[in-house]
Amino acid sequence: MIEQIVLLLSGCALALGCFFMLSGAVGLLRFPDFYTRMHAAGVTDTLATFLILGGLMLLAGWSLALFKLGLILLFLFFTGPVASHALARAAQHSEWKLSGSGSRGGKRGPAEPVSAPAEVAEADALNTDRV
Amino acid sequence: MLATTIIALLVVMAMALTRALLGPTIYDRILAVNVFGTKTVLLIAVICFTLGKPEFLDIALVYALINFVSVIGVLRYFEFRSSNGGEVMDD
Repeated sequence: MIEQIVLLLSGCALALGCFFMLSGAVGLLRFPDFYTRMHAAGVTDTLATFLILGGLMLLAGWSLALFKLGLILLFLFFTGPVASHALARAAQHSEWKLSGSGSRGGKRGPAEPVSAPAEVAEADALNTDRV
Repeated sequence: MLATTIIALLVVMAMALTRALLGPTIYDRILAVNVFGTKTVLLIAVICFTLGKPEFLDIALVYALINFVSVIGVLRYFEFRSSNGGEVMDD
């Protein structure tokens, strides 16, 4: 009875891990910018790793494999965010800045000049209304 | 469920490899290679349980270490590169 419950729990954890992993991969492939891609990959990596290794730990039972899986889980928990941070820091120090102020500052740059004239036009409309 | 997980892992690794090949910047490629390495660790761990040989988990542990050190090393190499160097690397 308990074994079946453990099997069911591990199956659910593995299925959820697969879902998060696939959604993260779709985000990595489809998102338009480097930082959005890093968001998709970095967030889902940690959760999918936790779910899949947790499902395997439920399958392993009390053995040496459980300890090794715990070591892998602990190590990936520490190294995943550190690698994401180092990657974002390196990208921010390069020419691909997040703010869009650089010459090649990303594709979100044209959004600001488009929105700025609209605000100016609104301000002009307000001024003319007042006048 | 383990077979489904292996198939999903292989699909995710193929997508990460596609991004690594397509990636317009060097950071996209590094990110995709990092994802690929993490998913390789998970794949080795799942294959251990599919084959019923828990000894292979040592390989997954060592692969996680190598993946982290290689990503940090490559990032230290590319971190403070000037814009001209970036142009050369893009070419």
